[in-house]
Amino acid sequence: MPARRAMKLTDALQVLVNLRNDQVIVTTMGSAREWIHMSHHPLDLNYVPSTMGGGIPLGLGIALAQPQRHVVVISGDGSFLMNLGALVTVSASAAINLTIIVINNGVYEITGGQKLATSKADVNFPGIALAAGLPVAETYEDLDSWRTNASRVWAQPGPGLIDLKVVPVTTDYSLVAPPSMPDRIAKFRAALCGNSQSQP
Amino acid sequence: MIPGSLIAQTLAGLGTTHVVWIPDSTLGDWEQALETSDSIDLLRVCREGEAWPLAAGLQIGGQSPLVIVQITGLFESGDAMRNVLFDLRIPLFAIVGYRSFLIENSRDTAKQFAEPILNAWGIPYVLIQSADDVPNLVSHYQSCQAASTPGFALIAEGKM
Repeated sequence: MPARRAMKLTDALQVLVNLRNDQVIVTTMGSAREWIHMSHHPLDLNYVPSTMGGGIPLGLGIALAQPQRHVVVISGDGSFLMNLGALVTVSASAAINLTIIVINNGVYEITGGQKLATSKADVNFPGIALAAGLPVAETYEDLDSWRTNASRVWAQPGPGLIDLKVVPVTTDYSLVAPPSMPDRIAKFRAALCGNSQSQP
Repeated sequence: MIPGSLIAQTLAGLGTTHVVWIPDSTLGDWEQALETSDSIDLLRVCREGEAWPLAAGLQIGGQSPLVIVQITGLFESGDAMRNVLFDLRIPLFAIVGYRSFLIENSRDTAKQFAEPILNAWGIPYVLIQSADDVPNLVSHYQSCQAASTPGFALIAEGKM
């Protein structure tokens, strides 16, 4: 049965923008494309250019290095599927300060919307996460339920996974890399290694 | 054969905080020493493609990680390595098992392609054939860190 997708990506992300305090937010692919225009926080790391599937391990590394910080990784479903084993690594790490948000649009959006393998399979991402040992895994198909539950699920000790079923972006979907990743990392690191703290 | 205790002691002396690894049959002998080290956290990943961004995140967060994989794992994780070492310019150091190096006339293509691949990436490396060579690993690590460049130590192996 095809997944029901009713949320716009930017609406789903705006819920996070509104919730966000001093959490580290790592974005990749389509989420990075939008987040760059929605947030200008020093603890934003727009992981562009990235390696597909690298966002979750990168965020896990930050979470382990800075256990007093709440780290949120926003990954596309295509990237997530490229490194499913990372869920086991995350689970084994017991990083309570890590939240993974999967933007589940069913397509490789930034290459033009080609379907994922999940288009012909009934795949339950939270089910996979729970089976891998993550203590928190939930899915949201509409904006109202996501808005209603976001602060609660966000605040739970992780590692956690939130599956957001969103409508694919079909226009202006391409991702343009912002300038100088090393410079952005240097600024991010300076902000990260400061004194402020956040808790999941 | 290089004892795990020597490796763990050496890495601790270099300030390594985390080892991110997938071992092979040679590197695997180091597991107990690394796992029981007081100063090193041993992180097991499921595929080598996770190891590079995980180590990068640790380094961005102020830690001093090191990656340990077999050369086949390096082949497998090429894009992740490329992104971290060259796009993000995170100067990670890795210890890489050089499969079949010690087997003369080996037909193992992992041996055949190892150094050409590293040379293609332009990553400086040293060959470590015994415990006597470990000081070369230390000096290579230190020079790479001082120059903020990635670097590898290839561990000569004689079995698959």
